[in-house]
Amino acid sequence: MRVIRIDKSDWDAGVEKLRDTYRLIGPVKEKFYHTFAALEAGQIPDMEYVNSRISPKYAIYPQSEIILSCSLNEDDEDYKIYHEPEDKNYEQKAVLGIRPCDADSFELVRVNFDTEEYKDPYWLRAYESTTFVGLACDSPCPTCFCTSAGSGPYSDKNLDIMLVDKQDHYLAEIITEKGEKLAKAAGWQTEAEEGATDAIDKSRADAESKIKSSVGTENLAKQSLLDLYEATVIWEKPAFACINCGTCTYACPTCWCFDIQDEVHGKESFRIRNWDSCMYPIFTTHASGHNPRGTKLDRVRQRFMHKLKYYVDKYENGIQCTGCGRCVSLCPVNIDIRGICNMMNSYDPESCTCEVTAS
Amino acid sequence: MESYIDKIKEISKRLLEEGKVDMVVGYRRGSVPTMHQPFFARSKAEVDELVWDSNCGLNLANYITDSQENIGILATGCNSRNIAVHIVEGKVKREQLHIIGIPCKGMIDRHKLSAMAPAPIASIEEDEEKGKVTISGEGFSDTLNKTEVMQENCTLCLHRNPVIYDELVAQEVAEQSKDEVDPHARVKEIEAMSPEDKWAHFDDLLSDCIRCYACRNACPLCYCPLCFVDESHPQWVGKSLDPTDVRTFHFLRAYHCAGRCTDCGACVRSCPVGINVRDFTKKLEKDCMELFGWEAGLTTEQRPPLDTYKPDDPEEFIK
Amino acid sequence: MENPYIPYPVRIDEIKTETEDKSLKTFKFVFLNPEDEEKFAYKAGQFAELSVPGLGEIPIGIASSPTEKGFVKFTIFKTGKVTSYMHSMKEGDIMGIRGPLGNWYPWETLEGKNVVIIGGGFAFTTLRSSIIYMLEPENRKKFKDINVIYGARSPGMLLYKDELEAWAQRDDLNMNITVDSCDDPDWPHHTGFVPTITEQEGPSGTDDTYAIVCGPPIMIKFTQPVLDKLGYTEDRIIMSLENRMKCGIGMCGRCNIGKELVCKDGPVFTLQQLNQTPKEY
Repeated sequence: MRVIRIDKSDWDAGVEKLRDTYRLIGPVKEKFYHTFAALEAGQIPDMEYVNSRISPKYAIYPQSEIILSCSLNEDDEDYKIYHEPEDKNYEQKAVLGIRPCDADSFELVRVNFDTEEYKDPYWLRAYESTTFVGLACDSPCPTCFCTSAGSGPYSDKNLDIMLVDKQDHYLAEIITEKGEKLAKAAGWQTEAEEGATDAIDKSRADAESKIKSSVGTENLAKQSLLDLYEATVIWEKPAFACINCGTCTYACPTCWCFDIQDEVHGKESFRIRNWDSCMYPIFTTHASGHNPRGTKLDRVRQRFMHKLKYYVDKYENGIQCTGCGRCVSLCPVNIDIRGICNMMNSYDPESCTCEVTAS
Repeated sequence: MESYIDKIKEISKRLLEEGKVDMVVGYRRGSVPTMHQPFFARSKAEVDELVWDSNCGLNLANYITDSQENIGILATGCNSRNIAVHIVEGKVKREQLHIIGIPCKGMIDRHKLSAMAPAPIASIEEDEEKGKVTISGEGFSDTLNKTEVMQENCTLCLHRNPVIYDELVAQEVAEQSKDEVDPHARVKEIEAMSPEDKWAHFDDLLSDCIRCYACRNACPLCYCPLCFVDESHPQWVGKSLDPTDVRTFHFLRAYHCAGRCTDCGACVRSCPVGINVRDFTKKLEKDCMELFGWEAGLTTEQRPPLDTYKPDDPEEFIK
Repeated sequence: MENPYIPYPVRIDEIKTETEDKSLKTFKFVFLNPEDEEKFAYKAGQFAELSVPGLGEIPIGIASSPTEKGFVKFTIFKTGKVTSYMHSMKEGDIMGIRGPLGNWYPWETLEGKNVVIIGGGFAFTTLRSSIIYMLEPENRKKFKDINVIYGARSPGMLLYKDELEAWAQRDDLNMNITVDSCDDPDWPHHTGFVPTITEQEGPSGTDDTYAIVCGPPIMIKFTQPVLDKLGYTEDRIIMSLENRMKCGIGMCGRCNIGKELVCKDGPVFTLQQLNQTPKEY
């Protein structure tokens, strides 16, 4: 890894040069909040942003994506034979300004889409064709708890380049080969002056010290799965409050569940993958009407058990959460994963109580 | 309204003690500013967790649908109107309820507030007497007039006091009259647009929708066991982000709420991407008022107009 | 990169109505590309996603046996959007099959053991596959006693009637067919619910005896205590689950019971495994 210096006066021109090689995606303000969007010619990402309202997972994993198509025209040779759509574009793209927590989420999600038995070609191709230029986070939100969730405001483990904002310039850690390539394509090659690494370390420490809320996770693996499942004290109150909307799951960078739907347009049938949510009753309802997760409590429990226990046990990869805090700030009924995680972590099955109940 | 809380707790404890109710439905303190959590208290200790202030903007009628228990419920004007709608529609019985009426002074608009703040809001404080709200976060502290940051539906509200209740927690507040506010000013603006502008307006309005259904699920009216958008056999609506499907959801939901919607604002408050869903519901509210002289939830005796037939129903639309 | 979402194109070769109420039909499919049949090499107990262009996919247990070559069979209960449409399809129509998916009955463990197959209603499909597989002369010698207990509401609701009768004539398996009720005085088989017949006719549980149980929840609920009484330990009771599925490859997230994904880690589990997971099935 090496550190370069990018003067902000050189930033826009560098971004422009990148367009020769990459399709660019970055934070832009639409209406009153930020989203990650394809940057049109001349459009510069808004690097002053805090974070996007909805996580940038859709840059890799769109909310709605055609995965297969087939002809319904009897005269066609491949009538009713499904194939991949021809217009899939996996040319190189770069996501500029992604926050470290959001970049870390892709690695947590990868275990789902990249398994020994099956590879999801759409997720993997999109992920592998993307270069992530992260922006270290110096002003975390009050809802952030990344440092206790296995990530951090300067977590660079899943970035290709990490930019650290130094007012009139960025210090940029070039972390991977992909990162080298991108820096070269942008013409950003000025070696940083001596002491840059120390400066980054200092900023990192400052940023981490600003994160005031946390989750305890050290006992989650040890807790009995069925004890937590049956711990009414954890689930009863959030289940009452929950309205079973999909906000938390759709805003979340690590929620990966999806639905597959067929839609017919004219003489063509499309098989479409749409994000889905474990909060919805129909997510699990059988054709017979039977629903194994028929109550609100079942569904609220599923979401948190999946992230904080099933995932922990199945993948031995920490919790399925990077601490971005979106679900906390967006939940219309204030269900707070921090409190629930702390309850699960401190649950005592003997007394059926939790030592820690808040964040 | 923070001054109400002692009275709320006193009533709640009494109701539980006397065995009049099995639980009291209200809010407990949220973990982030502007957000409290809908909550039920079954014991005196739990009653002590109850809070009430200008951040209680959901609709608690949503939490008693089809309940079999005896419930004490905190109810502002709009919440009480939705309780009335529930009673009319057979979703709860009047005798199950002990309605603790809350004369409402309006709720804070969490979307507006976060858009106004220069950085994420870490804390919020309200000075009720002066009508001021102070927000603060990293590097800022701003004091604003509450009227500036109130939910729009609250600024247009004509029924701040509960329309049905068993007891009130405080004296009634003054109601606004139609001379003071025009609840349909915005609808009129949209009605006056050209078809192209209207199309563009609604196109833009829904462009951010992620189909999370928070608006529907926060709404006490949307209690269908299976919403039409979720049906698969037959399937009425596609499930992608196709604009036609997104529009179909919003239009039909609004029509399902016609004559039943009390403009409580829970849909807008819940929307994670800040869609003003009320652009639809207010139009239907206005139509119901003009065509049927009807305001939702003011009576437990009469079913909403689109639910009933009268020989003199307006029929100008039949050409 | 192999795309696990693309179905193999198949032609419907034969459709047979199985039950008197016409709610169950067996579809025999032939692969359009013969090499796809090799790629579709499966074991008894696995399932596949049947794909009707324009309508969607449904997970269905494979009813044919790996020993039956040249085709695959599925028995479809008419219930949702896709299955209802399939009931109106005709021989010669083209559709898709994706799989084989999921795990299978633990054939290696079952070698040298007594096998008791207990099935009810239309959940008999992968059990048919298993019986055909075990009865193949090559395979029959690998297993000790084979007992089958299969029940339906009435004689007209039994699946695979001709085969059931043929199996009942054999001396290398002990066939117990039962119906909940029957008006026919000449009905040659049992009358009574599956758990009752299991208690009467089922062999006792030993270290060498395994039960495979498939059926509606109510049958499973009442069969479990019977097996317990007969001395079957939890690790010798094998069950197949049917949760709602979409992808069938462990990615879409809906079919889990605890950390187990029914489509990929299952659908076959021992009762011992199921007792360590939430009962979300």
